[in-house]
Amino acid sequence: MDSKDYLKDISEIKDLMNKSSRFISLSGLSGVLAGIYALIGSAIAYWLVITSTRGYLILDGKIFKICLFILFMVAFLSIITGFLLTTRKAKKQGAKIWDATSRRLVFNFAIPLFVGGLYTLIILSQGKYGQTGGLMLIFYGLALVNASKYSIGDIRYLGFIDIILGLIATLLPGYAFWFWVLGFGVMHVVYGTWMHFKYDRK
Amino acid sequence: MIAMSIITNINKAFDHRIRLGIMSILMVNEYADFNMLKELLGATDGNLASHTKALEKADYIKVEKQFIGRKPNTRYSTTKLGRAEFKKHIDALEKLIKKG
Repeated sequence: MDSKDYLKDISEIKDLMNKSSRFISLSGLSGVLAGIYALIGSAIAYWLVITSTRGYLILDGKIFKICLFILFMVAFLSIITGFLLTTRKAKKQGAKIWDATSRRLVFNFAIPLFVGGLYTLIILSQGKYGQTGGLMLIFYGLALVNASKYSIGDIRYLGFIDIILGLIATLLPGYAFWFWVLGFGVMHVVYGTWMHFKYDRK
Repeated sequence: MIAMSIITNINKAFDHRIRLGIMSILMVNEYADFNMLKELLGATDGNLASHTKALEKADYIKVEKQFIGRKPNTRYSTTKLGRAEFKKHIDALEKLIKKG
């Protein structure tokens, strides 16, 4: 055997290690769409609040309930879109959508996200709603960092950015809304576009 | 002398595409079952079975047979010895590439 064969061995080892332990069919386009949903959602919420008689948000108002509903719709649509586009990509690549790697990915992504979601609701119920935007960013970022070990490693950078944005947002609760728009809206669009061109268009 | 020691670290037991593949998969997964290995490596039943047997004989992998419902299921994992030997093998490969 000469060194060319050894090089082939090493690249095959790396390829198998990745393929058997990571789910890499995540769709970049679904990131872009999730970002767009977040931007549209926050634009509607912003418009509702500034055109309301008070001009700011109070906890037990009707507008607050509408804002919560918008938030859930953004999350719901993002998950559905992510699922559909990722299934399509996996099919194209001949990969299974529900195997050991995708199960591991979903499980490890869901733990910080679920805990964070509950904690955000608790903080909200205590009336500290200035903290919620930052908390969502922090826990979403942690979920991404945790999931990056089981998927495309690059998603960890989006995680780090969202964690930092979230920490700053909890320090500046008055601007939390804008950090949320930046972290969930703008960053998803930028990041999804980057992923799309790096991985999908091959 | 240095060249000699690299060559002695090249492990004959791993000197095959399928065996190298089995070890690679098991290094990053707690365990893998027969079908998962088969799919990832694109090997036939008989071919894969003979290679897993060889690795088991060398005490590099562990085999567990169990039933999932009524279906028999065979799953594999690395042994401590297997992990150490595979690491040595990869180090030797990398050194050879750097030299070549």
